[in-house]
Amino acid sequence: MSAMTDGVTDGVTNSTASVRVIPCLDARGGRVVKGVRFRELVDSGDPAELAARYQDEGADELCLLDVSATLDERAACARTVERVRAVLSIPLTVGGGVRDAEAARALLAAGADKVSVNSAAVARPDLLDELATAFGRQATVVAVDALRRGRGDYAVTVRSGSTTLERDAFDWMAEAERRGAGEILLTAVDRDGTGSGYDLDLLARARRAVRVPIVASGGARGADDLVRAARVGATGLLAAGMFHRSEVSIDAAKAALRAEGLEVRP
Amino acid sequence: MTSRRTRKRTADELVLLDTGVANTASIERALGRAGVDRITRTNDPERAARAERVVLPGVGAFAPAMRRLEDDGLVDALRERVQGDRPLLAICLGLQLLGTASLEAPRTKGLGVVDLVARPLDADGGALPLPQQGWNRVSADPGCRVLADGWAAFANGYGFRERPTGWSVATSDYGGRFVAGLERGAVVACQFHPELSSAYGAGLLERFVAARSGVALAAGGLR
Repeated sequence: MSAMTDGVTDGVTNSTASVRVIPCLDARGGRVVKGVRFRELVDSGDPAELAARYQDEGADELCLLDVSATLDERAACARTVERVRAVLSIPLTVGGGVRDAEAARALLAAGADKVSVNSAAVARPDLLDELATAFGRQATVVAVDALRRGRGDYAVTVRSGSTTLERDAFDWMAEAERRGAGEILLTAVDRDGTGSGYDLDLLARARRAVRVPIVASGGARGADDLVRAARVGATGLLAAGMFHRSEVSIDAAKAALRAEGLEVRP
Repeated sequence: MTSRRTRKRTADELVLLDTGVANTASIERALGRAGVDRITRTNDPERAARAERVVLPGVGAFAPAMRRLEDDGLVDALRERVQGDRPLLAICLGLQLLGTASLEAPRTKGLGVVDLVARPLDADGGALPLPQQGWNRVSADPGCRVLADGWAAFANGYGFRERPTGWSVATSDYGGRFVAGLERGAVVACQFHPELSSAYGAGLLERFVAARSGVALAAGGLR
């Protein structure tokens, strides 16, 4: 055994983590939908077609969130995971309606690499311990939908942002990390679908509250928004509408990040 | 009767060990694209011992994964495969299982074919997020035949932070160097996920599938 620097040619320590551009597919009944503040959903295409397109454009990872309202729609989403996996050779996070380890196992078997939990973990935080024990922290994602109440004051919301709890968002993130979450998918619910930019204050405070990677979500409209979120410490940059509507290509978003000195996969 | 027995004794093309918690769908799809015709998902130690190639996948935690290998009687089959230089691909946690132990579960012993203990990544003394989730640059030793330079997808909080002797090594840097991959003859291990590493990972899987076993070569090219 010898020191790791032996034979390593570049010899430079890399003190940054690369940032990931993550298109998000909100799926319902086998189709991709997109709404404003989780409402007014409109059809945005076939999930497998969109996944393949985003992968070709250089997406670093993909997120598939099941926003189904009925059990029938939910069953269609398991098939959607399989169809998306068939065309995808980048990491895939799947979330929506996961209440126990069995449901998570089924999603992993269908083609997910990471499973995201939200309302069920808030209601029963042990779920995070169970997932981390069974599948590892790296496969356990907690989605936190935070609502701004005032300066530096954010509350946890559940059920797609429809119910606001008293719980402080940063306190919940710290507990989720302690219990085994290996990533936080952090959505500013009051910005989702509005194109008003990520909530940079929320992201910066979350970065100080926890050590796990933070995926910024809610409000991105352009490449500048991604750059700003990366500068306050988000290493995952999630966006849906701006990619679905082809306002910004993933290529262009990554070029903008690179131009600002952020490390991205070529 | 004889022919049936002969067929039954034929080695599987590729055995994908089922650790019960891995992202097996992703791995199967990627191996299929790399040219594997038949993937057998089994934990039968005899079939794993005979198979032409074995893949040890890697999502999950160190202690339950080791316990599963022990319960299924796979520990010897895997050790003998490494010692006999027969094709094995260990992925992510699979790489760490080759070591002697992990600080993630200090009382659990690993397979012990690599003389290293998995430790938390340095992550620049804690300045970088942990676990590492995302893409990182891989630099391979000139002696590597399957591992190569490129960008690969990682999802790990632990890893080997020293270089083992007797192996060709690929490294990455996440606020401190760690082992991104190891190879020796027909045995390859990667800390990253080749099945999720786009064209880079596809190339690696194709080279693993194309590589001939040292044993098969010595036996005159028998397949």
